[in-house]
Amino acid sequence: MSIELIVGILEIILIATTPLVFAGIGELVTEKSGVLNLGVEGMMLVGAVTAFVTLVITGSYFLAFLISVLSGVVMSGLFAILVLFLMSNQIATGLALTIFGIGLSSMLGKEYIGTPIDGLSPWFFVIFSFVIVFLISYFFYKTKMGLILRAVGESHNSAHALGYSVIKIRFLSILFGGSMCALAGSYISICYAPMWQEGMTAGRGWIALALVVFATWKPERVLIGAYIFGGVTILQMNLQALGLRFPGQFFSMAPYIATIVVLVFISSNRLRIKLSAPASLTIPFYKGR
Amino acid sequence: MVKFITFISTFLVFAFGSANADPKKVGFIYIGPPGDHGWTYMHDVGRKYMESQLGDSITSTYIENVPENADAVRAIRKLADSGHDLIFTTSFNYMDQTHEVAKDFPDIKFEHATGYIQADNVATYSARFYEGRMIEGHIAGHMSKTGTIGYIASFPIPEVVRGINAFYLAAAKVNPDIKMKIIWVFTWYDPGKEADAANTLINQGADIIVQHTDTYAPCQAAQKAGVFAFGQASNQEDFCPDAHLTSIEDIWGPYYADRAKAVVDGTWSSGDTWDGMDKGMVVMSPYNNKLMPASLIQEAVNMEVGIKDGTLHPFTGPIYNQAGELVVPEGEVAPDGMLLGMNFYVQGIDGEVPQ
Repeated sequence: MSIELIVGILEIILIATTPLVFAGIGELVTEKSGVLNLGVEGMMLVGAVTAFVTLVITGSYFLAFLISVLSGVVMSGLFAILVLFLMSNQIATGLALTIFGIGLSSMLGKEYIGTPIDGLSPWFFVIFSFVIVFLISYFFYKTKMGLILRAVGESHNSAHALGYSVIKIRFLSILFGGSMCALAGSYISICYAPMWQEGMTAGRGWIALALVVFATWKPERVLIGAYIFGGVTILQMNLQALGLRFPGQFFSMAPYIATIVVLVFISSNRLRIKLSAPASLTIPFYKGR
Repeated sequence: MVKFITFISTFLVFAFGSANADPKKVGFIYIGPPGDHGWTYMHDVGRKYMESQLGDSITSTYIENVPENADAVRAIRKLADSGHDLIFTTSFNYMDQTHEVAKDFPDIKFEHATGYIQADNVATYSARFYEGRMIEGHIAGHMSKTGTIGYIASFPIPEVVRGINAFYLAAAKVNPDIKMKIIWVFTWYDPGKEADAANTLINQGADIIVQHTDTYAPCQAAQKAGVFAFGQASNQEDFCPDAHLTSIEDIWGPYYADRAKAVVDGTWSSGDTWDGMDKGMVVMSPYNNKLMPASLIQEAVNMEVGIKDGTLHPFTGPIYNQAGELVVPEGEVAPDGMLLGMNFYVQGIDGEVPQ
């Protein structure tokens, strides 16, 4: 194996994995505050289409990413209002958000399917994905705000009793999660596979959700997990192309199997569940109590 | 009450005759969105052609993005329940689901694309795409400088394996040392993964990318890397003008119009249709004259003529399998039965068909 070949493989792994890192870290922050948002796939798609359409109309990459992130804020804001103020069920609302996102993105992008654009080099975002994981990790474990956010996710009643605004903190966490998911989507439609196609995220939102569980809600493990998931896919492609016999089907489901294994492992012991998942995850917060 | 309705409707039928009969409803099940500019797109082009040909005598609807699992049963049943007279299910893995629903609706006609099992009310149809693969292989044999072809395959079904073999046989005839690198991505539709596969193949030295998946991501990746590519299902030259050599286009319109008309006329019968270039079901996109020498384009055009008049067949013996056994003797062509069930690579291709 030559050096160029290995460098090439690494490049492809970096490019392919970056959207998983963005979506995974966004969802991680949301879940750390005690809210499960299953709308990742929908928000990614809306982020992808708004970025693409903005780029076609304005020709500005900056505006494309800006509008895309704003679309993520709007989508997740909608979710936040429903689950935080109207106390709707988080799981049902998240699924609805995905279904809504699939439909909305198809509608918005109808006129733009097959419009050729010039893709943007992915490297800025690849580097940014590492930086953001580092920043989130620092935020969680080295800053007071991070500690408060985690406290809200562990026990919202205690945090509330201490005078922290549970609703506000969760709202902001959800918005951050939404904007990262939209960024992941815009990266896909502008850098990774520069085009708009309906449903083009092809299930990466669900992999990102699995990733958070796989990472047992730790930022740096989201990064590691994403690279395991992404790396395995690209490596098996390389082995196939080298003519080795390889069960490709198996690797298509590997992320999900790995997640189930981790789930079984962490739920095998009460203490491990406590140490891993935010204790208030999916539990609605009623201010009156 | 029921009797009264029957009376009224009988009266209406007699009063207005068949000229005012309700238009027949034709439904389609799509695996992807009509905007994929690939497989589903071409079925939708065919659907619109059918509408334009038959005018008011039919109406048509489609359900897009139907997964190839139990959901397909629901989707097909939905069309059947809502009074469709003819339903096209346009992907190989809808086979069991199509037959499951068809059993419950004997009066509704079903057409299953690329399938091989028929029933009284289930016909199958496909196009001989492998004829186009032969031409692509011939072009690749001439155009590849590294002698390495990258092939992005979707699922290990005969349709895909046949394409790989037809391509290789033609390419190896031009350049016996040609190497094929094949990646099975186990999806029809995932622009990101298709681009990953193309980039992986290019990274491993392929300078021509062939795809049997549905989006133009591989062709785009080829353009970016400065290598050549063949498009899939529809003409993709707009998306990758500096890489695109040609595409195999699937032309379904005339077939759909024909079958829908048969339902309108009441002459529909089950059967299997497998047409190729001679009937215009498979068409090559314009050859890229900026990238290909004129002589090569002429050769490709001549091959089209040969395939159409039957003097040229992609699977002409002697053909050996990987074990070195003679599967098609010299001077003969592979029978359709062998082509329909093809699940082996021919001699010269490395690796194995995934099981």
